[in-house]
Amino acid sequence: MTNNKNSYMQGPDEQGRYGIHGGRFVSETLMPLILELEAQYEFAKTDDSFWAEMEQLWKHYVGRPSPLYFAERLTEHFGGAKIYLKRDELNHTGAHKINNVLGQILLARRMGKTRIIAETGAGQHGVATATVCAKFGLKCVVFMGKTDVDRQSPNVFRMKLLGAEVIPVTAGRGTLKDAMNEAMRDWVTNVDETFYCIGTVAGPHPYPAMVRDFQTIIGKETRWQLEEQEGRLPDSLVACIGGGSNAMGLFHPFLDDESVRIIGVEAGGHGVDDRMEHAASISGGRPGVLHGNRTYLLQDEDGQILEGHSISAGLDYPGIGPEHSWLHDIGRVEYKSVTDTEALEAFQLLCAKEGIIPALESSHALAYVAKIVPDLPADHLMVVNLSGRGDKDIFSVAEHLNVEL
Amino acid sequence: MSRIAAKFASLKAEGKSAFVSYIMAGDPDFDTCLEIVRGLPPAGVDIIELGAPFTDPMADGPAIQLAAQRALGAGMTLARTLELVRVFREGDNTTPIVLMGYYNTIYSMGVDAFLAEAKGAGVDGLIVVDLPPEEDAELCLPAADMGIDFIRLTTPTTDDKRLPKVMQNTSGFIYYVSINGITGTAEADAGAIAPEVARIKAASDLPVCVGFGIKTPATAQAIAGIADGAVVGSAIVQRIGEGQSVSDVLGFVAELADGAHS
Repeated sequence: MTNNKNSYMQGPDEQGRYGIHGGRFVSETLMPLILELEAQYEFAKTDDSFWAEMEQLWKHYVGRPSPLYFAERLTEHFGGAKIYLKRDELNHTGAHKINNVLGQILLARRMGKTRIIAETGAGQHGVATATVCAKFGLKCVVFMGKTDVDRQSPNVFRMKLLGAEVIPVTAGRGTLKDAMNEAMRDWVTNVDETFYCIGTVAGPHPYPAMVRDFQTIIGKETRWQLEEQEGRLPDSLVACIGGGSNAMGLFHPFLDDESVRIIGVEAGGHGVDDRMEHAASISGGRPGVLHGNRTYLLQDEDGQILEGHSISAGLDYPGIGPEHSWLHDIGRVEYKSVTDTEALEAFQLLCAKEGIIPALESSHALAYVAKIVPDLPADHLMVVNLSGRGDKDIFSVAEHLNVEL
Repeated sequence: MSRIAAKFASLKAEGKSAFVSYIMAGDPDFDTCLEIVRGLPPAGVDIIELGAPFTDPMADGPAIQLAAQRALGAGMTLARTLELVRVFREGDNTTPIVLMGYYNTIYSMGVDAFLAEAKGAGVDGLIVVDLPPEEDAELCLPAADMGIDFIRLTTPTTDDKRLPKVMQNTSGFIYYVSINGITGTAEADAGAIAPEVARIKAASDLPVCVGFGIKTPATAQAIAGIADGAVVGSAIVQRIGEGQSVSDVLGFVAELADGAHS
């Protein structure tokens, strides 16, 4: 998009665009703030001391590198391609979210901000933000849809233990979209001391690029880990997508390796059709403008945003990161979807075959793997991002399986 | 001369500031809203701001969020909002109408189609909250080509260095957002706002109207004393939300207008 026309890794342009997507669609009050953030991030990006601090924290606080694990029994079960799991669920706080939070909080500290706000869906980003705020002694306020507060109560309690204030959002249907609206309303009201720590590769520029850059540690590690174990590149990558930060983190370092097939899996809810009871923005939406960026959105004919549905609170968002939208438009990444039921089956399968309880979000990636992996040859190497652990989901899974705890 | 420019010129001749009122199109329903809009100029409103309802009004407080939900629930759309303007214009060809909303519904209709419809319906200006100058190519410049004013919000965070960029393609008037925050929450303080208005007026020849946080006739009067106009939205919208009669709502609007004009 800039100097090297043959690369998929150069975006965004100076306006924060990825093709027609991205941009800075925010109110004037916020514009000076995101310009300042962009300047600070551009400086930090090339500052060795910033990355040295990140690496120390990633190693000693988060527990990176996360393992790249050959899932032998899962591979045998399907009898197809060789499946590797990128174990980001083993990170401190149980998901990939902390990779990004550390980066943003270090930036916030450099900018002299004392109050951190965040939105959260499943609660993983909220927990990660509350955790890092506790570590650095920063005030933390997390906005969470009321529906999500109810279905993710363990994470709500974790955030409170970590000292965060959790504000349930009742506007709309009380999910991630509404939490993000409320976080932006808070930000516009408390501009001086507040840093908005966005949890995914969405929002106004520079957030999509910045969050991606903090998450690409996933793909960079995968690259050398697979080289170490198999001596070559993967043949395919699979990751689930709500906003798409774990997927972008895995995919981005491989975008220019044309031999690598890349698949993002959206939440198909009750099925991607006219009822719109899903959260598959690319498969079932069209481009629009929300939360500071242009991207594929679930919306009606008038451009009103639809609520969507997913069994997974972390994927229940009517948009997707703008870089994913661009990668879809140019055809570099394939975007598919699986239903709630398929994700639930995959959730149970991984428990039974590998002794790993995956997050419902990551179960969507596994469910798509189940569809294609049996037909792939035994020498095909597939890496699946296990972006989060499922401990937080056991209560809602029990409910879906009609089990009383 | 545009309806907006003509209005400010005649107010200036009378030595008055403008009273600008905001209500949500289609709140609580199309017909009641039309009745209120028709009653605004006789109640003393100089410029009508009409909100185009959107599901995710990120710059708005609870009063206007709920108004949007009521309007959407009653079947309001952007096309119906333009229809409301068209019907109003059949009986009033002088009161300026400014549409205020968010970009997605306009983008969804298509910018060219929207501008043609808006011009035809009699819309004079646009305030689109999520289109800063960085995104002028999207709607601001095409609107200017059609002779529709693109009215920019300036805020307490817009410093002197940035101000010229914000002024650059704006026309009609400048809307100074008196607080950092969302609509209908904090109370505007005329004493603190006066120097900000002066700062903007030093950088532009356009009239400056002040909004966000004006709830009473007394505040409207104080703001009108230091600016070219005062905007009231949430306080009116809240009364519509409470189910007050059209005449009660318009009675309150008249009190505000009297405040701003005194």
